[in-house]
Amino acid sequence: MHHSIIVRVKEEDVKLQEVVQAKCEGKELTKEEKQRLRKEKKQHKKNKKDDRGPPEKEKEKEKASVLAPSKPATQSPAHKAAPVPVNASASESPVAAEKPAKSKAEQRAERRARQDTERASKQGKKEGGQQSASSKPKATPNELQPVVKRLPEHIQVDDPAALKKLAKKLERQQVPLRSDYGYKVSLFSHLHQYSRKNPPTQQISIPATVIHPSIVRLGLQYSQGIIAGSNARSVALLHAFKQVIQDYSTPPNEELSRDLVNKLSPYISFLSQCRPLSASMGNAIKYIKKEISNIPSQCKEEEAKRRLQECIDSYINEKIILASEAISKYAIEKISDGDVILVYGCSSLVNHILCEAFEKQRKFRVIVVDSRPRLEGREALRRLVKKGIRCTYVLISALSYILPEVSKVFLGAHALLANGYVMSRVGTSQIALVAKAYNVPVLVCCETYKFCERVQTDSFESNELDDPDDLIVTRNGKTHLENWQTVKSLGLLNLVYDVTPPDFVDLVITDLGMIPCTSVPVVLRVKNVDQ
Amino acid sequence: MELQAVLMAAGGGSRMMDLTYNTPKPLLPVGNRPLIWYPLNLLERVGFEGKHSVISENKPSKVSLKVKMISTTDILVVSCDLITDVALHEVVDLFRAHNATLSMLMSKVHEFTETVPGQKGKKKAGEQRDFVGVDVTGKRLLFMANEADLEEGLVLRKSIMRKHPRMLIKTGLLDAHLYCLKRSVVDFLVHNKSVTSIRGELVPYLVRKQFSKSLNSKNATEDTEKNQKQQDAHHNLELLSTSKEEALLQLARERSCWNDHRGDMSEAYHGGKLRCYVHIMEEGMCYRVNTLAAYIEANRVVPKLFEDPPIHPTAVVSERSLVGSDSIIGPICQISEKTSIKRSNVGTSSTIKEKVKITNSIIMNGVTIEEGCNIQGSVICNNAVIGRGADMKYCLVGSGQRIEPEAERTNEVIVGSDQLMEI
Repeated sequence: MHHSIIVRVKEEDVKLQEVVQAKCEGKELTKEEKQRLRKEKKQHKKNKKDDRGPPEKEKEKEKASVLAPSKPATQSPAHKAAPVPVNASASESPVAAEKPAKSKAEQRAERRARQDTERASKQGKKEGGQQSASSKPKATPNELQPVVKRLPEHIQVDDPAALKKLAKKLERQQVPLRSDYGYKVSLFSHLHQYSRKNPPTQQISIPATVIHPSIVRLGLQYSQGIIAGSNARSVALLHAFKQVIQDYSTPPNEELSRDLVNKLSPYISFLSQCRPLSASMGNAIKYIKKEISNIPSQCKEEEAKRRLQECIDSYINEKIILASEAISKYAIEKISDGDVILVYGCSSLVNHILCEAFEKQRKFRVIVVDSRPRLEGREALRRLVKKGIRCTYVLISALSYILPEVSKVFLGAHALLANGYVMSRVGTSQIALVAKAYNVPVLVCCETYKFCERVQTDSFESNELDDPDDLIVTRNGKTHLENWQTVKSLGLLNLVYDVTPPDFVDLVITDLGMIPCTSVPVVLRVKNVDQ
Repeated sequence: MELQAVLMAAGGGSRMMDLTYNTPKPLLPVGNRPLIWYPLNLLERVGFEGKHSVISENKPSKVSLKVKMISTTDILVVSCDLITDVALHEVVDLFRAHNATLSMLMSKVHEFTETVPGQKGKKKAGEQRDFVGVDVTGKRLLFMANEADLEEGLVLRKSIMRKHPRMLIKTGLLDAHLYCLKRSVVDFLVHNKSVTSIRGELVPYLVRKQFSKSLNSKNATEDTEKNQKQQDAHHNLELLSTSKEEALLQLARERSCWNDHRGDMSEAYHGGKLRCYVHIMEEGMCYRVNTLAAYIEANRVVPKLFEDPPIHPTAVVSERSLVGSDSIIGPICQISEKTSIKRSNVGTSSTIKEKVKITNSIIMNGVTIEEGCNIQGSVICNNAVIGRGADMKYCLVGSGQRIEPEAERTNEVIVGSDQLMEI
């Protein structure tokens, strides 16, 4: 390298640097400049498209890679990681505290990008570095450029523009809009809150014609809680899709690979109106859409349908059924005789593990911890006791009393986020926290199809608000909270999920093996490379 | 297709023969619209497009069913005499969400306040009551029997009590005769000609079958049923519905942490495949126009709900007449001077001459009322002629009858002699 670079944060210095560079490197840099300009133009065009279009998840993944501790690895120019700094800087994140962190990340990214540019200028790998280098100075002065990373609609409920957009989209797809209910606690006013008394089928015609009947049935079952639990929801979703595919017929002049995907979009909107989609459902939908678009155009319709049905069956078989077998095998190694295992709520996977362990003659007893208002632990208790396992049942308020007896904690997960956080039923983080305080090992069991490329460090940003009327209880004929809506200063909050930091989790048992929490992004990257 | 509608227009109106001996029940005017308009309107409002009507020969029993088609979808059976403003999705949602075999609508019975013509003595309360047993949620139908079928008393099977220890038994309910039935039930009906009435036989049978052992243990030697063949056919049809699709549904249900009851060790729905649900309307309007009292009540209430002008634009109403605000006048009527019409319905093409006072009455189509009549609380059927100066209080004048002038009738049913012969 024939010159050293002193990195200074201010924009003017950056420009100065560039001028200096230009003077020093002469011809080479002008070629670079040209390429840089070309890249800028491409970036502009891409950002304009981003305003309207592509899935938000991609952006968040890139956002994630900026914030993740493993920065150098993810900043390698070969990937699309380059637009990250632009998006990171220009996005209007609702959490103000993230801004200084991001600009630091920006600065580091800038510096690295510039170093990369120099190193790479001779090797010809200019794309990534130049993009970031060129867009860096562009981005910082224009932080308010409309190059906004798109936040998902379901966490922008307090933004009227987003609501209008959603309403228009639903109208176009002929999906009824479900209205929010009741007063929302201010910290969560950006999330939807629906009431079970206003079902999503109020405006759907009977018989359902726009939306396939099995999807209507599924949506109802979601909104009433008849199908609850990450695995159950995914399996039911795939089953409904199988029926949709069965009844589908390609209209003339259309290709199955494109038309079927378009047909599925209103169904997915309807389902997310009934209940926000889970991470596992999102991954399943992505898989299906990919499979559908990979159908070759010369394939006949019957053959295509048969192939899709098989794909769905094999997905369920591999990712859910076989995965749970594999996880139980690993988990059973961790269960020794005389163990006292604590479980929380009703996780289908954890119940399966415990039942298998019991069948393999391990001697252990279980403590089931439960919490209001769902009281799912009762169902877990029923299944375990039916099997013959000795169980104790407590409410979460008795957790610190019962923990001294416990030797291990097994938790299920709704999703595992890319920064190692575990998203699970509300209360899980408390269990993990108290278990850590008592030095009890916490093991999270999660299939890999629930791994999600999102990043969250708190439970506020993206969560689900359940029906607030579930919190109302009638004792001795008296319902004190009956008229809670008339009290202006009272709000009922019924959270569904929370996130547990990886420091409290000792091990994650997946079908790929037993990994620490921080290896989640590695698994995600391996999966992406596979696909 | 998710659901097909079947409108039962077959019933002969056996409980109001005085009204229907000349006019088929679906065409009786209520609020100046034929009775069948109301269920059709309900179905259309909700989104049904093609409908099937079933009209069979005049069977004077309870509503009979003759399904001439083998349906490929689930069906929604509606009776032609149902007038209701129920949110239909409530009934259908139960059918969809729980994958139910039967889902029906019931409503609280309203007492009829109007005096019914021709009624002698007080109304006999408690005749033919329905006993309906529901579980704690009020949605699952556990028991249904009519008083007429119970000889000594109400008998509850132990298997029901073991599965649902808390059951609420209600008696003040009106069956709206609106049923969502699964396709397998329709097939069962087609193969079992012995079942003639939905309300009387099929529904109680299905409700009982929820808890019968044969379904769960696949053992066809249950002998408490009426007909071995019947039960076999049903049993076979149950087997038809379990297929590979069910395996996935079963998996989803296993992984789901939901149960419809708690306190015992069984899974959701106690593992039963046959489920019956009921939606009980607390508020709102629901009438079944199958008795004279109901007919009168419906005529009173229904016109208020629709936004039609009370006086049809083609009716000729003279200025010196007094038409009350809660009366409706049908098309092509002629109301002459000095008539006073209060709280009444006047049908199509009726002619009302001068100085007539009509209060609280129902005048059907094509009726002629001569001058000076005084009609109170009566029902005058199609094409009747009331001679001048007649004074009718709480009478029912049958179709096509002529009342002589200066007649004074109170609390009578005036029908033709040919009708009296019909049994």
